[in-house]
Parts: sequence; C-alpha cells; structure tokens
Amino acid sequence: MKTVLELKDIQKRFGEKIVHRGVTFDLREGEILGLWGGSGTGKSVILRSIIGLEKPDSGQILFEGRDITGLNERQLIDVRTKIGYVFQNGALFDSLTVEENLSYPLREHTNLSADQIRERVNRMLELIDMRGANHLYPSELSGGMQKRAGMARATILEPRIILFDEPTAGLDPVNTKRLLENIHKLKAKNITGIFVTHDIPAAFEIADRIAILSNGRIHLIDTIENIKNSQDPLVLSFISGMVEA
Amino acid sequence: MTELVTPYFQRLGHKILDQVRFAGGFAVLCGQMARELVTPPFYFRLVVEQVFFIGTQSFLLVAVTALATGSVMALQFGNGLARFGGTLYVPKVVALTIAREMGPVFTSLLVAGRIGSGIAAEVASMKVTQQIDAMRALGTSPIKRIVTPRVLASLIALPILTLFADYIGLFGALLVGKTELNINTEYFISKAVETLRMYDLLTGMAKTIVFAFFISVTACWRGLNTEGGTQGVGNSTTWVVVTSSIFIMVSDFFLTKLFIVTVYPRY
Repeated sequence: MKTVLELKDIQKRFGEKIVHRGVTFDLREGEILGLWGGSGTGKSVILRSIIGLEKPDSGQILFEGRDITGLNERQLIDVRTKIGYVFQNGALFDSLTVEENLSYPLREHTNLSADQIRERVNRMLELIDMRGANHLYPSELSGGMQKRAGMARATILEPRIILFDEPTAGLDPVNTKRLLENIHKLKAKNITGIFVTHDIPAAFEIADRIAILSNGRIHLIDTIENIKNSQDPLVLSFISGMVEA
Repeated sequence: MTELVTPYFQRLGHKILDQVRFAGGFAVLCGQMARELVTPPFYFRLVVEQVFFIGTQSFLLVAVTALATGSVMALQFGNGLARFGGTLYVPKVVALTIAREMGPVFTSLLVAGRIGSGIAAEVASMKVTQQIDAMRALGTSPIKRIVTPRVLASLIALPILTLFADYIGLFGALLVGKTELNINTEYFISKAVETLRMYDLLTGMAKTIVFAFFISVTACWRGLNTEGGTQGVGNSTTWVVVTSSIFIMVSDFFLTKLFIVTVYPRY
C-alpha cells in the first residue's frame, strides 16, 4: 500500500518536559492506524504536529511526499483542507448553528452554491444520525452529538487523512457505539486515518494497525492480530488496563 | 534577608518579562493583522456585524454616562465659577472639556470595560475550548476571522460613540444650565457653538482611534494567549480592562500634549 503520511524522527519538548524523543511511523493509504499511549505521552501532540498546530523541534513530517514541518500558516491551508482533525470535545464554534458549523469549511474552501452546501450538510447530518439538528447550537447538543457533529465538520471536505483525537473519551456506551458506527460508515468509504484512543476495544474494532507510544518513541507498531497475540509487557499491560500514565 | 528579598525580585522579574512578552506579542499581532488586511478573502460582513454589536452593546451605557458627566460638570463649573461671577462661562468651558477630554476618555473607558472585556472573554473561551485550533485546523486564519473584524469595528464604532457622547453630554449640561444655573438655552447653545471648533471634536475622536486600537488588539492578544481554563478566561478579562484603562489615562496625557503643540491654537 502507498504511504500517505510519514513521520521521521520527530522530537518535541515543552520547556523542560521532553514529549517526543524521535517518533517515527508511516500511515498507508486506506488504513486506520490506532495510536495508544499513556496519558501525557504526547499522542495528541503528534496529531497537532501533523496538522501544523504544533511545530516539532526537529524531524520531518512527509505528507504525500512533501515535508510540511517548515510550512507557514498560509502554506498550511492547502494541507489542512486535505487533513481533517476531529477534536476530542468536538470544538464546534459555539456562536454558529450545527448547519453553519458543518458548512464552514465548504464556504471557506469550495465554490459550491448555498443550495449545494445545504444539500451536502444535510447528507452529512443523515450519515451521523443527526437529521433535523441543522438549527441547533452546540450548547443544545449532548456530548455525543457534539463529537459527531465535530467529526462531520472535519470530514465534510472529504480529506485524504482524518485524525481522530480520542473521539470516544467521556462517552457512555450507547454514544460510543453510535460514534463508532459513524466511523465505520466513513471507513466503508476507504478513509485513511489515525485514531488516538485509550479505548482498547474501540481501537481493535476500528484500526487496521496499532502503534504504541512510550517514552517519547513508537515502542511498537503492528497489525491488530499480532498485537492481540503479542507477549510484549507494555502491550499486555495496555490490554489488561494496567498501563501507567 | 536574601530569602526575604529574593521572592520580590523574582516576582518583579516575572512582571517585567510579562510586559516584554505583551509588547512583543502586540507588535507581532499588529504585523499579522496588517498582512491579513491586504490578502483575500475579506470578511466585510463580520466587520459590519461587530460594529453593530459594539454599538448596540455600548450605546445606552455611553448615553447614560455622558448625560451624567455633562450634568455634573455643568453643576461643578457653575458652582465654582459663580464665586468669581463667571457662571456665564459654563457653556464654553463645559463644551471644550467634553469635546476634548471627557467624551473621548469616558467613552473609551466604558468601551474598555464593556467591549474590551467582552472580546477578551469571547476569544479566550474560544481558545480554551479549542475553537481557535479548530479554525486553524479547518484552514482558516483566526487573525483574519476574529482579530481583524473586531479591531476594525472598534476603530469605526468608538469615534462614532464618542460623537454621540459629546452631544449627549452637552445636552445634559444644557439641562442643568437651564434648571440649576438659570442659563438661557439659546445662550448656552450659541456660546457652545461659538467656542467649539472642528479640531476640538476631531482631536477628541482621534484620541479614541488610538484608544480603540489599543483596547481591541490587547483584548484579542490576551484572548488568543489565554491558558488555564475558565480561571484563565476570568484573569484575561480583568487584565484587559485594567491594562486598557491605564493605557487610556496615561496616553491621554501625551496625546493632549501632542495636540496642544500641533493642533490647538496658542493664546
């Protein structure tokens, strides 16, 4: 499979705290890569670095073969239209309705007419089981609905890669199931993505491969099958839920 | 002794560093804004919305304050000048004071409290809830969509509000002049009109442009640099109001001095 994204020896520190000591992995077209790691190990920082919200101190991030680490905000616009970011809490604009939130990227980056935008938004709302929620504000939505709407906004431009930052965190089992169903629907469209999570069953259900981040490096990266059968102590501690933060 | 003194110096050092960081951040934000101002897309609708928002949010507050200020000034000058038989000078003195000083400064202080804190709270909330990050992640510029419209709107709205404040203040003074000081309405108006020159109004409005720029850029900068959740939002709003108010009072002196040297006629 073709490599869409490649991280090479990414290093990052915040003040005295070293977060990444040389993160290296690749993402192949059509796969979802699960990213595990204890709290504070820098999983979200990896996603933020990929989309340019954080700059690595050193290393390369190659997106479609092009190093994007040195790009400025203006140059990053093109990259950001091709990479969707699903924030942990949805990060919907609270002054805009659901419809306005979802149409935001379309209005900014396409020449679609108002009718075409509305049609596309409605189609997306249908996909995430939120038909009729067009005129609701984020404060009127449940946590699960906010996350689903956030996911819809991040994917409405049909990006090449979707970055999921702990999408199931804080959700009850029903909402988790519903959200995973939505991701399955996206997966059926052969999306490529990185799925950061602490939720082991969700990762097994969604991901094709799992990467484990530990001590600022990728400790291991392998297929679901091999991870399930792994005797690696860190993998075992993750699966048995005994991972240390 | 050293243990007692060191924390104070450390705190002082942190304060100085904060100010340096603010000055640098302010300059960088101005530069980014200037660049965004000349590159498409342009969000005229957002500017109009913000002008309307600032106007409606502040007008009543400004009107009441201007009316009270004008009235009090007429009372005080009337009372003070009466000792020297100078009650008839009240319209001239009040008109000049309102147009050059009280209108611009009071309006700006109110806007700093009402709008500056509002902008800081809004932007800071967006920052701590990752909406600013979301805006960037969606390939749009928070400087263009959030900062520039608010700064431009403040630059437009504050001088207009000040002009209203000037007239409402004069109206308050006129009412008090008539009811408390027995100054005839026609006399008050003719003396005020005779005294006021266009440069009196324009210099007052020019001051507000400087104040509006400082209030709005400061509020946006602080909002964009807020850390620490809801407590951080609260700290940011307070900081913006205090910093803007100090700036308004201090810079008013220098601006007045500048206008005395360059614009106002010498007697």
